[in-house]
Amino acid sequence: MLEITNLRASVEGNEILHGIDLTINEGEVHAIMGPNGSGKSTLAQVLAGHEAYEVDEESRVTFLGEDLLDMPAEERARLGLFLAFQYPVEIPGISNAYFLQAAMNEIRVGRGLEELDAMDFKKLLNEKMDLINVPRTFADRAVNHGFSGGEKKRNEILQLAVLEPRLAILDETDSGLDIDALKIVADGVNKLRSPHRGFIIVTHYQRLLNYIVPDYVHVLYQGKLVKSGRKELALELEEKGYDWLRQEQEALAATG
Amino acid sequence: MTTLDVSLEQAKAQYLADLGKLPSNGAPNWLNQIHATGAARFRQTPLPNSRMEEWRQTNIGPIVNTPYRSLVAPTAHGLGRKDIERSFYGAGAWTELVFVDGYYAPDLSLTPELPTGVFAGALADGIEGTGLSVVETHLNRYLAERNAFTSLNSAFIQDGALVRIGRNAVVEHPIHVLFVTSKRPPDAAAHIRNLIVLETGSQARVLTSYVSLTDDSNYLNNVVEEVVLGPNSQLHYYKLVEEGAAGNHLGTTEIVQDRDSRLHSFVMSMTGKIVRNQVCVKLDGDGASAQLVGLYLNDGERLIDNPLSITHVKPNCYSRIMYKGILDGNSHAVYAGKVYVHQEAQKTDSNQLTQNLMLSDNATIHAKPQLEIYADDVKCTHGATIGSPPAPIVFYFQSRGIDEAKARAMLTYGFAEEVVSEIDISELSERLGEYVYQKYSP
Ligand SMILES: Nc1ncnc2c1ncn2[C@@H]1O[C@H](COP(=O)(O)OP(=O)(O)O)[C@@H](O)[C@H]1O
Ligand SMILES: [Mg+2]
Repeated sequence: MLEITNLRASVEGNEILHGIDLTINEGEVHAIMGPNGSGKSTLAQVLAGHEAYEVDEESRVTFLGEDLLDMPAEERARLGLFLAFQYPVEIPGISNAYFLQAAMNEIRVGRGLEELDAMDFKKLLNEKMDLINVPRTFADRAVNHGFSGGEKKRNEILQLAVLEPRLAILDETDSGLDIDALKIVADGVNKLRSPHRGFIIVTHYQRLLNYIVPDYVHVLYQGKLVKSGRKELALELEEKGYDWLRQEQEALAATG
Repeated sequence: MTTLDVSLEQAKAQYLADLGKLPSNGAPNWLNQIHATGAARFRQTPLPNSRMEEWRQTNIGPIVNTPYRSLVAPTAHGLGRKDIERSFYGAGAWTELVFVDGYYAPDLSLTPELPTGVFAGALADGIEGTGLSVVETHLNRYLAERNAFTSLNSAFIQDGALVRIGRNAVVEHPIHVLFVTSKRPPDAAAHIRNLIVLETGSQARVLTSYVSLTDDSNYLNNVVEEVVLGPNSQLHYYKLVEEGAAGNHLGTTEIVQDRDSRLHSFVMSMTGKIVRNQVCVKLDGDGASAQLVGLYLNDGERLIDNPLSITHVKPNCYSRIMYKGILDGNSHAVYAGKVYVHQEAQKTDSNQLTQNLMLSDNATIHAKPQLEIYADDVKCTHGATIGSPPAPIVFYFQSRGIDEAKARAMLTYGFAEEVVSEIDISELSERLGEYVYQKYSP
């Protein structure tokens, strides 16, 4: 469903992603790991359509058969792409319910469906809040405003549950969570796994992957995918640390 | 003399000429004295102009250069409740006092029974003998000489709202005072005087709103109100300014608070050509608290001015200011908030914030929060923000399928909603939320 070919992206003339190739099929869960500053969030933001990043003309990304890079962010979302942000913004004055109803209806209209009225939406929102185990008080609270770090991450998962994307990118949804919160978040994600939905789980630590078991693991290092494998790769990384990668890459550079 | 001075003099002469037309018979002596003092002060005080520090950013030239004809007596209004029904919020349960062009209109008003000790009606009736001494006791006792227009208002006192909440009385429903500008003659000024008195331990919610049935007429509402909060009383005060597109509003609200009294004030400027809502609070008793919340929606070529002052006279008082502006078109707005803390006012807790959302590059805001502290054991903060929604917030919306135009509209609504939701009258907060939503929908 997602095909990334030679993705190069830069900020203010500095190239951060140096040619990424990655294919994700329906129903697959891919983990992307890597040390801080390796470009994980950049990849997530570029896919979501952030305009601060310039993408190289040679780069190609197709999503559900459409050229993603030509689309503004809101159209990508309507097509079925979702990003759970590493740092979700706070929006005072706008309730979660109001925000999500607006988002959902934009997406529904984009897909040629009828808008949901406030009553039907409320019902759906209640179901989703129960499903992923967030208190119903989330509905009337302003989006992320005054939320704790853990609540913000759970709110991202609530949005994911409501908007039902085809591909969800979770950018360090585990960071800053204690083990209980981590389990709740992972549990929510597992409930949302489906044969038609793909996931990219971006994480710095292997910990989350004990709970959300990926089909594939990739290592992003200095803007390149330097290793790919099955879930065991995550354990190997955990054991050997990112230093192991650095040494391996330096050795490669010396011989290459 | 410059041409400016000439027209200023003409306007002033017109006010003085109209003062001479006030019916002189029957007014009690104490009121005659207030009139005389007001008139004398008005004669001595120059009309506001840009050479005065307080008015440097607030050019009310179009007001001071118009020789307004002051209304001195009510005329038949020919209105029914139907004509003004969209300006009510109470669905029959509230006290609704209607004033047309500055004079009480009992035929348009609703006056359900109120608890013992509570009076809500016309100041004129209070002056002429309701058996209440409240007017004589309080009228014009608290007004500092703010400017020529407040003095002029005192010189003209005839009518306005009188609300008196007796000792320990609690009024369940809000009291709404609606000021309607009707078919006044062109260039007419109404000098409206309100008096709100809460005695010890009483509680009430009072809404004053100003609406116009005409968008073409250049008029002036010159409003002064005195608000007195007795010990341990609580007032929710609301003011909505919805003047006509060519109408002007100069308002001064003077509030004095005794010990442990609690004030929640919400002032919203919606429409009108030049709108000035001055609010001055004096915390004159131990443990009093005042919260001033405001929302000003500016656009077109309009001018909105919000001069605020809170004076902490006594210790252990709390004050909070939260004023928000949404600024569009070529409009100009002024926020000037001043918190004074007297030497005696130890343990003062005060915070002041004005936030301004710019929707247009051509709109301007002059925001000046100020603190003047003479006590040493206090906690005071102040701040101002001016800007448009940060890009990461707009991107967040887009990432959820909401395009930039809709995101900005929703954010504008949310910006206002944050203060509108502080209103503790649900009928009012819902209607105002809807108003803001409609106004900024793409
Ligand atoms: N908007 C931006 N402006 C400037 N530099 C950026 C921006 N986004 C990312 N970078 C830089 O790109 C590199 C990768 O950052 P990031 O993608 O956040 O890494 P990760 O998520 O893997 O920690 C860092 O050196 C970071 O400073
Ligand atoms: Mg990151």
